Amino acid sequence: MHEPVKFHFNVDGENFSSAGEASVMVKKKLRQLGFPPDVMRRVSIAMYEGEINMVIHADGGSADVTVEDEYIEIVLADKGPGIPNIDLAMQEGYSTARDNIRALGFGAGMGLPNMKKYTDYMHIDTEVGVGTTITMRVNI
Amino acid sequence: MNGKQLLETLELKTVCGSVESFDGVYAGDLLSRAMSHVEADNLWITIMNNMNVIAVASLTEAAAVLLAEGVELVPEALEAAKEKDICVLSSDKTVYELCAGIAAMLN
Ligand SMILES: Nc1ncnc2c1ncn2[C@@H]1O[C@H](COP(=O)(O)OP(=O)(O)OP(=O)(O)O)[C@@H](O)[C@H]1O
Ligand SMILES: [Mg+2]
Repeated sequence: MHEPVKFHFNVDGENFSSAGEASVMVKKKLRQLGFPPDVMRRVSIAMYEGEINMVIHADGGSADVTVEDEYIEIVLADKGPGIPNIDLAMQEGYSTARDNIRALGFGAGMGLPNMKKYTDYMHIDTEVGVGTTITMRVNI
Repeated sequence: MNGKQLLETLELKTVCGSVESFDGVYAGDLLSRAMSHVEADNLWITIMNNMNVIAVASLTEAAAVLLAEGVELVPEALEAAKEKDICVLSSDKTVYELCAGIAAMLN
């Protein structure tokens, strides 16, 4: 038996422009570990979207990635405003992103739907005023 | 498609890096759409010029980013593109003109 490989990142909420760095790092590590392109792509998309959401909607948070035997798990936790209506937030095109954020290319309302689409498991645990934790798994 | 042929036919400028060849094109500016539609080795045509473009290009493994309408990368994005070895091209043509030009080359 071997210990699962783990990565931990603090995601800075101040800096929109460098957002995505944790995802780029994870992709590099997965490549070094020899994962197939399809797995890397799905993990990258899901983690990038979640990471960006923490930056633009929740003032940052943390990202933990664990490589288990059968799947890669990504846990994104923030102490932001929470998501009042998950069903609404999950709809393609729904976004509360403000204009200054939209000007950067965000706000299509496709982040959460992408996370769902590219992972095999996704769970959102959220409480208004407390924060949001999203757990996703991509099967290996 | 051959990168050199693309550069010459559409009179593109190279901002940084180089592109041997690419396979398929995606045009669009909304990042979470690009994130799911740009495939590895694609040419991605956009008018977005910030750091996040470089992150998306890197994660999707695009062959190159083609900036349309004379758009220039912000300085920190240019730095990141160089550091991550991402090829960035540019043109004064519109996204439509570029797409039409590439489509004509493919036929
Ligand atoms: N971590 C979060 N904390 C609080 N609200 C969130 C969080 N993640 C998502 N949301 C809410 O859910 C909405 C939909 O998120 P989604 O990622 O699908 O779209 P977006 O971020 O607005 O745009 P895009 O991801 O396409 O750039 C957001 O606009 C926001 O209101
Ligand atoms: Mg989003």
